[in-house]
Amino acid sequence: MGRVSSPVLIKKGAEANLYLADWHGRRAVMKKRLRKEYRPWKLDEQIRKYRTVHEPQLMHEAKRAGVPTPMIFLVDVKNTTIIMEYIDGKQVKQLLSAISEGERQRLCFRIGQLIARLHECGLIHGDLTTSNMIVGLGGRVFFVDFGLGDRSGEVEARGVDLHLMKRALESTHYEFAGTCFESVLAGYGSVLGAGAVKSVLDKVREIERRGRYVAERKQEESSV
Amino acid sequence: MGIESTADDFSVGVSTFDGEILANAIDAYVPPEGGIHPREAARHHADVASKVLREAFTKSGIRPKSLSVLAFSQGPGLGPCLRTGATVARALASYLGIPLVGVNHCIAHIEIGKLRAGAKNPVTLYVSGGNTMVAAFESGRYRVFGETLDIALGNCLDVFARESGLRQKVGMPFGAVIEKLALGGKKLIPLPYSVKGMDVSLSGLLTASVALLKKGDCRLEDLCYSLQETAFSMVTEVTERALAHTGKEELLLTGGVAANRRLQSMIRAVAEEHGVKFETVETQFAVDNGAMIAWTGALAYNHGVVTPVEKSFVRLRWRPEEVEVPWAE
Repeated sequence: MGRVSSPVLIKKGAEANLYLADWHGRRAVMKKRLRKEYRPWKLDEQIRKYRTVHEPQLMHEAKRAGVPTPMIFLVDVKNTTIIMEYIDGKQVKQLLSAISEGERQRLCFRIGQLIARLHECGLIHGDLTTSNMIVGLGGRVFFVDFGLGDRSGEVEARGVDLHLMKRALESTHYEFAGTCFESVLAGYGSVLGAGAVKSVLDKVREIERRGRYVAERKQEESSV
Repeated sequence: MGIESTADDFSVGVSTFDGEILANAIDAYVPPEGGIHPREAARHHADVASKVLREAFTKSGIRPKSLSVLAFSQGPGLGPCLRTGATVARALASYLGIPLVGVNHCIAHIEIGKLRAGAKNPVTLYVSGGNTMVAAFESGRYRVFGETLDIALGNCLDVFARESGLRQKVGMPFGAVIEKLALGGKKLIPLPYSVKGMDVSLSGLLTASVALLKKGDCRLEDLCYSLQETAFSMVTEVTERALAHTGKEELLLTGGVAANRRLQSMIRAVAEEHGVKFETVETQFAVDNGAMIAWTGALAYNHGVVTPVEKSFVRLRWRPEEVEVPWAE
């Protein structure tokens, strides 16, 4: 990693610190997963190494699925650090409330298409929030932060992915969460078809009904 | 006055409009074996209702005629249990001629936590036998940022304890039994760790732990330790994510599992790392209790919220986001 110079902390996240750095003369982001004191050392190391290895793999596969992600420059498993391309642009989180209704729906439709492309290729992002999507200067939408991602073709995993997207919209963009999510689904359906939307939406509803009071759920199921 | 009966506890609390808790009488249903059967628990609630009510009146020194509003937990929870509490509340309110206020159980946990810990605007991790959620106040409502995708944290620990043949008793619930055993754990056994966005999934962890238990190759202490460390690391990770996302300056831990010292130490470590204030609640106000219903009812009533009898039906899946919260800042 000797070629990294002058790293500047740009974001202290919950899981990792992001630094803006110069890498061989290119602007790069250095993502360093930090030791979490609250969990046992062994568990902590397992989690950080696993995510450091898997994130670049999934980002690479996402590119092949047609979903823009930052280019990976270097993976340093020992130091749980990834160096990747810096994407100049704005987070969807910042953009959503700053653009017109029409642009907003178009952006959400595009996001839905990209999620569908991931799912089509058996990829699950695992943390679909508007902070993890960047609109580049050229207008391309990049997905970042695949640390919680997974490979799965199951409807369950796809349902959880969309459920997370829905909840991220509801908790952060409550003013227009409903119409945004509808546009996401429309975009999703434009790639995977109406049948896929229906089965994954049924799953989202099922997931929403889960949790909280197991006994009650069993009772309801038996009485229905 | 507030009546709480969402699950295994029947509790009546009395609060002033300034948040002074005058009484908090609790009678917990302990099943002879197995988990909580909703109808058995409801029968227990009906049996002890008059005793617990009397205790709350005696302790608070308040006469029934001086009550100004009657609050009850309207949901979410177990149907038969909720209905028993709601019936008591309706009967008492109509007899005394005072208004009813239906309170959301999850919001009540947050409000009593804020009151007792002196918190203003925290990120709250609420973990109990029936609920596991990370919530914070945004634009008029408590928004759920993360939660369990399947079973609750307390439920996960309880089922594991029952499968291990452990026994709980009054004052020593399953969670405490596991916490004690975990102190003797030395080896961290690899178990599934499942964080999805700001949500957690605990059912796979439970299944794997029970499978290892049945296999019989692991010490029970090691399993309890590993189960705790893994499950608590998961909820702590999502709590940290919600804290970083919202940028709030306080972190509140509440619910029945909040009594666990290991979980407290993990959440405190996160708070310290982010330079925010860590807050937790005394056990009697962290578990399901009537005082939290009384206090939240008082807050709501002060802001013009009342529940007409015809709208006082119980709401088994009432989410906190559905409730407007005019009293919080």
